[in-house]
This record gives sequence, structure tokens and C-alpha cells, in this order.
Amino acid sequence: MTDLSRIRNFSIVAHIDHGKSTLADRLIQLTGTVAERDMQEQILDAMDIERERGITIKANTVRIEYPAQDGETYILNLIDTPGHVDFAYEVSRSMQAVEGSLLVVDATQGVEAQTLANVYQAIDADHEIVPVLNKIDLPAAEPDRVKEQIEDVIGIDAQDAIEISAKTGLGIPDVLEAIVTRLPAPKGDRDAPLKAMLVDSYYDPYLGVVVLIRVIDGVVKKGDRVRMMKTGGTYQIDKLGVFRPKMQDIAELGPGEIGFLTASIKQVRDTRVGDTITHEKKQCQTALPGFKPSQPVVFCGLFPVDTNDFEDLRDAIEKLALNDASFSSEMETSAALGFGFRCGFLGLLHLEVIRDRLEREYDIDLITTAPSVIYHLHMKDGEVVELHNPADMPDQTLIDHVEEPRIKATILVPDEYLGDVLTLCHDRRGEQLDLTYAGTRAMVVYDLPLNEVVFDFYDRLKSVTKGYASFDYQMIGYRADNLVKMQILVNEEPVDALSIMVHRDRAEMRGRAMCEKLKELIPRHMFKIPIQAAIGGRVIARETIAALRKDVTAKCYGGDATRKKKLLEKQKAGKKKMRQFGKVEIPQSAFINALKMDS
Amino acid sequence: MSRPDWEEGGFGLYIHWPFCQAKCPYCDFNSHVVAQIDQDRWKRAYLSEVERLAAELPGRTLQSVFFGGGTPSLMAPETVAAVVDSIRKAWPVANDIEITLEANPTSVEAGRFRGYRDAGINRVSMGIQALNDDDLRRLGRLHSVAEARTAFDTARDVFDRVSFDLIYARQHQTVGDWRAELTEALSMAADHLSLYQLTIEPGTAFGDRFANGGLKGLPDDDLGADMYALTQDLCDKAGLPAYEVSNHAGDMAQSRHNLIYWRAGDWGGIGPGAHGRHTIGTQRFATETALSPMEWLLHVEKQGSGESARTEVSPEDQGTEYLMMGLRLAEGIDLARYQRMTGDAFDTTRLKPLIEDGFLEIEGSRLRTTNAGRPLLNAILRDLIV
Repeated sequence: MTDLSRIRNFSIVAHIDHGKSTLADRLIQLTGTVAERDMQEQILDAMDIERERGITIKANTVRIEYPAQDGETYILNLIDTPGHVDFAYEVSRSMQAVEGSLLVVDATQGVEAQTLANVYQAIDADHEIVPVLNKIDLPAAEPDRVKEQIEDVIGIDAQDAIEISAKTGLGIPDVLEAIVTRLPAPKGDRDAPLKAMLVDSYYDPYLGVVVLIRVIDGVVKKGDRVRMMKTGGTYQIDKLGVFRPKMQDIAELGPGEIGFLTASIKQVRDTRVGDTITHEKKQCQTALPGFKPSQPVVFCGLFPVDTNDFEDLRDAIEKLALNDASFSSEMETSAALGFGFRCGFLGLLHLEVIRDRLEREYDIDLITTAPSVIYHLHMKDGEVVELHNPADMPDQTLIDHVEEPRIKATILVPDEYLGDVLTLCHDRRGEQLDLTYAGTRAMVVYDLPLNEVVFDFYDRLKSVTKGYASFDYQMIGYRADNLVKMQILVNEEPVDALSIMVHRDRAEMRGRAMCEKLKELIPRHMFKIPIQAAIGGRVIARETIAALRKDVTAKCYGGDATRKKKLLEKQKAGKKKMRQFGKVEIPQSAFINALKMDS
Repeated sequence: MSRPDWEEGGFGLYIHWPFCQAKCPYCDFNSHVVAQIDQDRWKRAYLSEVERLAAELPGRTLQSVFFGGGTPSLMAPETVAAVVDSIRKAWPVANDIEITLEANPTSVEAGRFRGYRDAGINRVSMGIQALNDDDLRRLGRLHSVAEARTAFDTARDVFDRVSFDLIYARQHQTVGDWRAELTEALSMAADHLSLYQLTIEPGTAFGDRFANGGLKGLPDDDLGADMYALTQDLCDKAGLPAYEVSNHAGDMAQSRHNLIYWRAGDWGGIGPGAHGRHTIGTQRFATETALSPMEWLLHVEKQGSGESARTEVSPEDQGTEYLMMGLRLAEGIDLARYQRMTGDAFDTTRLKPLIEDGFLEIEGSRLRTTNAGRPLLNAILRDLIV
């Protein structure tokens, strides 16, 4: 139980690679929160994938004790938020749980699009914001220009920005002191009924679900019976504690404090981010505002390369779902790919992370089908149907019109690449909303269909701007457009896993591109293979894979039999990576690569 | 008891001589370049191996002996004579036994031809490889066209049967170039030709250059296919039809030795890296010897055997090998024999589409590739076996 005036709760807002994790490491180190021998880089990022990619998926908290210059010891609670746009809702809840933010900007790079989205979240949450310029030790650092940019683009005063180098430790004491002096203390009523926010949760195999909480009012103790106001579950608290960053038990948590509880909760699904936790008996009157259940926006099919791995895939998906309430899955059967799962994700990064984890942690080779968004089909009978998978598209004649989700995309780019970015957005059916300059960088805002972005938009953006663009988006709603289902026929047979939804005006171009790609991706067979793209019954593009004419080993004598047999065995293993459609074998990689557009 | 399966293919001996004067950039065979060879020591090792195999496989009629390499025309004729003598003492030999030696067409080696004939060699297979001096240099050969032709003429005088090898689908070669060269080769009156498409093997000098993007002007698959088709056409007209994917011969001039491999007979493998297949009772074995010349030599000398591995070949694997090797032949395979070998009838559902598409044909009990199918044999085998 700490006096409110000696608590400071904060988050760090930064673009990937601008040094958020390193700064967190330094704060932890300098305050002696972790013994030197236990220190490792990016100490808050637990998962391998988080460490490798430098991203945070789950919110992490750490409690730091800091003896300030005023002679008092303060409790500083850092919530490290998932910085990526896919987790915007989770970020907004983390932001609500603290009173201030450190805005970390790389002094050699300046403000990026992702920083903007998160800093606006912080502003929305009424945060006090302390700008911090990192990498000040590098020769390319331009602190004055970046300060100016922060003021221009974000609109906050940056004259008192703290100049640091998280790498060398320069300026870190100033950051600690600023957290105490410039960020406000939390408010709260110790005597009011318990009101705490569920900030995040994760599954621990020994403890069950671990719930991160921020107490707003009241006091919570070990053994208390609590209630989740939205999901309605009631639980008895087994364990109460704080992260330093290792778990440390604590007797109680009062207003303004951040910690964790466990209560024999079996599934992460039962703990919704943003929910309000109160006492079962003495409940608070109103729940915290802003709760919304997370909804997947991007869908794709995941199929095991080896059909024998289906049960393993099912187990793996169930295990992952234990720890991720935002990831949805249902069984799917594809004529082309057999049994698999249609999975829903918060966004593309979320999709990639889940797929990586399935492949890496569970060692399952996957075929990933084209990512799709949710279309709203307005049927002629007035019904509105959600379409998650182009293969399920009903007969076009029954449909009155189709609506697709659209996003507002913000892209920051050095002006020399602006033309390429505008062309890319235009090619993807974008409508420009805004174009402004901050120094030599342009900020463009586009209204884009999500389905044009879910696949390789980000890769293309990186490639046309040599990696200098940053990109962020938010969903802005649905809009009707001329959308049709395009089928791909290989050797006269439709391959359902290659069906996509496409704008009618772009269908010929996409169809041609996919046929050309498949011509490269499918190896020659002993017969020629027509590849066609079709809308309804009408073929709109066609390519032919010429027949294989020669494939024979020139020399094969007594000593070669063993070697040749080994080669055939290798081919047998390789064949598992192919899928048979009639007489044609399609390599698994073709299902995703066929969609990639070169320009 | 019915006659053992291997007798359908016959019985031969393969002798590997692992040394060359220079390593060719395309060659992935077990060959080594050394300064000095102790011929006497090698002779003793070969004789010891002949004795060992004869004790294990006694009483069979030997149809063929093949000295391969490396460059066996670097063997002293006395060494060859001693080995052939010991073989003739160890097994009863067929009246028409074929004893082949691979030879490089240089003048030095041609000078030894009579010695080889006196040693018992009755067939040579010459590595001429190209009839174009530029290409011979590119292929790393140590002889010129003129020298090769002189050596060939000597061989024709000395031996009853002469074959030579050519490599085609070379860098920058056109269909017209190959037509001219093959026409010239066919006029040379060999009774047997081995015509190989250049294959870039990993672990060779060409393989390394190819991997680094350095080997320019190789034909694409379609040009390779055109050259293969032209080869069949010209050889058919010259009376040397293909009896195997890359081997052409007139009547009675086919290599009996190589037919043993393709017809799944038994053969003993002698020398470094030589593979063998032999049947004892009803069990067929695959044998291997140490790959390194010195290691093999020491194995033979110290342990009395050069064999480094012996594995049982399962009925299923025997069937696979029979298909892989037998379908290379124009005569194809005997499905009844396949069934005897594996205990299972051939899965005809796999055959059907290949027959319908004209790549395979069945006549009586024989399954064979058509002229259209033979150049696609690897693809056919993938469909049949994988």
C-alpha cells in the first residue's frame, strides 16, 4: 500500500527500433530492480518472436522503486504496450491504465507513422507526455530538427525534450527524475468499492491465467472474491503480486497501483481486456468506459502441408487460443487442401505471429491461403451475410451488392519517394484524404480498401521506399463497391484455395498476374497445363505451362542405382510439399506466392 | 527349385581403376590424380579381391568383365593380364565373354592397345567426348580430335569391338553443330556409341561454376529435348538404334556388361568405390567398398576384403531398382518377373494414365517406355514409384 502521491504510472510510446525496449532495460537496470547478473536485453519481451522482431505482443508491466532527488522513494509502474496497429484496442486500454507517457523518438530518424498512432492514443487518454530524444550519441542525430518535427506533426511542446542515449545510459537519470516531477500522480479513493481495470492477461501453465490489473478505487487483497463485470465470472484470488519484472507476492494493491492476480482462471478467453474487476459482495456502481470485445478483421486458411498433421495442428491451435482471446478458428474443408482451419486475426502482424508460432513452436509445416477480409453481402432477399472466405461466395445472382471494409492509412515518407507511394496507393484503389509536409517528409493519408492492404501492401511500400516509409492504419467502416469472386482453374479444374475477391475493374489485371505467377510456380508436367482466371463462367485470363519434354538421367550404371534410389526417396519427401489437383501437383508455396504482385 | 532371379540378368564383374592423369571438370566419378602408382601393389589387391568374391560366389558362369574408372588405360598391360588370368581361373567363363576396358584416345594409350588385347581385352570403350577441338579443351580433355581419331583407328585394328562416348548439349552448341558432329561420328564405323547429354553434377568444377552463374550457353530443356530427338533420329537411320537411354548399338553389339545392370543381374564390384549386387540363396545384397584408393588398398591388405558395407536389398527395393534400371532399356521390364521379385503385382492404376498419354506401353508381359516416354523417364518413375 503506497501513498498515491508517491506513485507514477507511465508507458513508453515509440516506433520499432527507436529504442523503447532498450530504454526500459536501462530504467530497470539503473534502479537496481534486477540484479546485474539476471539482466538480459529486452527483458520485458518474453517470447522469442517478440525478441527477434523487436515487437511486443502482450502488455508487460514492471514496478520500479526510485529514490528521487527530493529524498522520497517513488514507485514507478511502467506498462510496456503492444505498439503495433493490430493491437490498437489493447494499446488504448494500457494507455487508460497510466497517467503519462514517455514519447521516445530516434533523433536520427524523426517521428514515424506508428509513433503518431500511439501518441494520439496517449493524448486521447489525457496523458502528460514527456518527449525523449534517443540515440543522441550518434553523429547523425539532429535533436533540433526532430524537436521541431514533434511540435509540427504532433503538436506538443518539445523544447524540454530529454536528450538521451539508451545504449550508453546517457541521460537516463534525467528521465527517471522527469517521470517523478513532470508526470501526475494517480487519483483514486481507497475507501470506495473496488474498481480495477483488466489491462491484459496471459496463460501460465503453472498458475493458470495471470491477469494484469490497474486499481482505480478501493483495495484488493489475496483471498478476496472478485467479479468480472462484463464477462460475469467470479473468482477467488489465489495470488496477488507485482512484476519486478519477476513475480513478487504482495498482500494488497490499492488505488493507483499496478500488479497482477491469479484466481484459477482456466482460459484467457474468460478475461477480456478492458473489463472491470470489482468485489463480488461490495460492487462498484459503474464499469469502466471503453470496453469492447476484440474482433478479428483478417482471415486466412491454415492447412497442414502433410495431411497427417491435421490433429497436431488442431492441438496447436487450441493451445495458442488458450493464450490469445483475439484469435479465432473454425474447421474448414477445402477441396484443394483437405482439412484445415479458417482463422481470424486482429491484423496482418497478428496473423504472421500466430503462423510463425505454429510453425516454430509446434513444428508444423503450413499452407497459408490468401488473407481475406470480412465482406458484407447484401442479399436480394434483404439478408446481410458476412463472407469470411471467398470460397463460400454464394451465387452472384442472389446478391444485391457487396460491401468491403475500408481503412484510413497514414504514411510518412521522405519526399523523394512520395510519387511511388501515391502510385502504389492509387493502384490499390486508394482515395487521398490528406497530404502535408513536415520538413522533407510527407505525410499522406489515404482511404483504402482493407482487402488491398492485407496481402503485400506493406512489403510493396517498404520496397518502393527502400524501407524509409512508415505506415499505420485504422478501420473506418464499410462501403459498397463492384466486387466479384475470381476463380483460378488449373488444368480445367477450379482450385478453391486460390479464389479471391477482387474489384471488377482490376480483375483482368489481377487474373493475368496470377496466371503468370502460377506458370512460374507450378513445375512442368508431362502434359501441358492450362491455367485460367474466371469470373462466374467467363475466362478473363489464361496461360499455359508447356509440357515437360526431357527429364532423364543421362548416365546410370551399376554404381548409380543406389544414388538414384536415394534421389527418388528425396522426391518422395518433396512430394509431401505438393498438393495434387487431378493430375497436377501444385507446390504449397504457390498458394501464397501466386498472389504477390511485382508492381 | 526354379532358377535364381539374377540369372535373368546374368553375372559380371566390375573392376574400378581410380586414377586419371587429370580430372575432367564435368566428371563426378571416383577418380584421383596421383604422382606415382605402385602397379604391383594394386595388382595384388585386385587378385585378392577376385579370390574373395570367387569363394563367396563360386561356380557361376561369368559373362562379362568391365575395367572402368578413372582411366583404366593407365593400367600396365601386365596388371590387366594378371587380373584377367585370375578371373578366368576363378570362374567358368562364357564362350563369348565380353571383357571391356575404358580407354582415353591419346597416342600414349593407343600404344598399349596391343598389350591389352594380349591380356584378354576384347572390347574398348573410348572417351572421345567431342569431335571439336575447342569443345575438347572446354571439357578439360587432354587429347585433340586428330589424336582421338588416330587412337580410334588403332583400336579398330586391334579389337573386335569398339565403342566411344560423346557428350552433347554442350555450352553454345546448336542443333546444327550436333547434327554435323554426330553424322561424322556415325561415319567412323564404331559398332556402339554412348551419347550422353552433358549433366552438371554438384561437387564438380562445372557444378561450382554453374552454381556461381559462370557456366554460360548451356541449352535449355527444350533445346536439350530437340538434340535428344535428333540423336534418336540420326542413330536409327545409321542402324545404331538406342537400346538404352544413352546407348546405341547395332545387332549383337550391345554392351553385355551394362545390360547386366539394367536387367538386374548380379555383379561383383572390385576396386575403390565399386558397388556390387549379388544374390546368396534367396537374399540379394548391395555391396560397397571404401571410396578412397588408399583406404581401399589398406582394407584389402589388412583385412582381406575391400568391402565396407553390405546391406540386404528388400523385395520392394529390388522392384524399385528393376524399374529404375529396366525402363531405361528399349526392351523394358518383365512384369511377371517384377511380381516374382516383389511378391506383388504391379499397381496398374499408376500405369493407366501413362499408357493413355503414350509414355508407356505393355506388350504381353513386358512393360516399356515408348520413344516419347524414354526422355521423360525420371518423371515417369516419379509417377510410378514416388
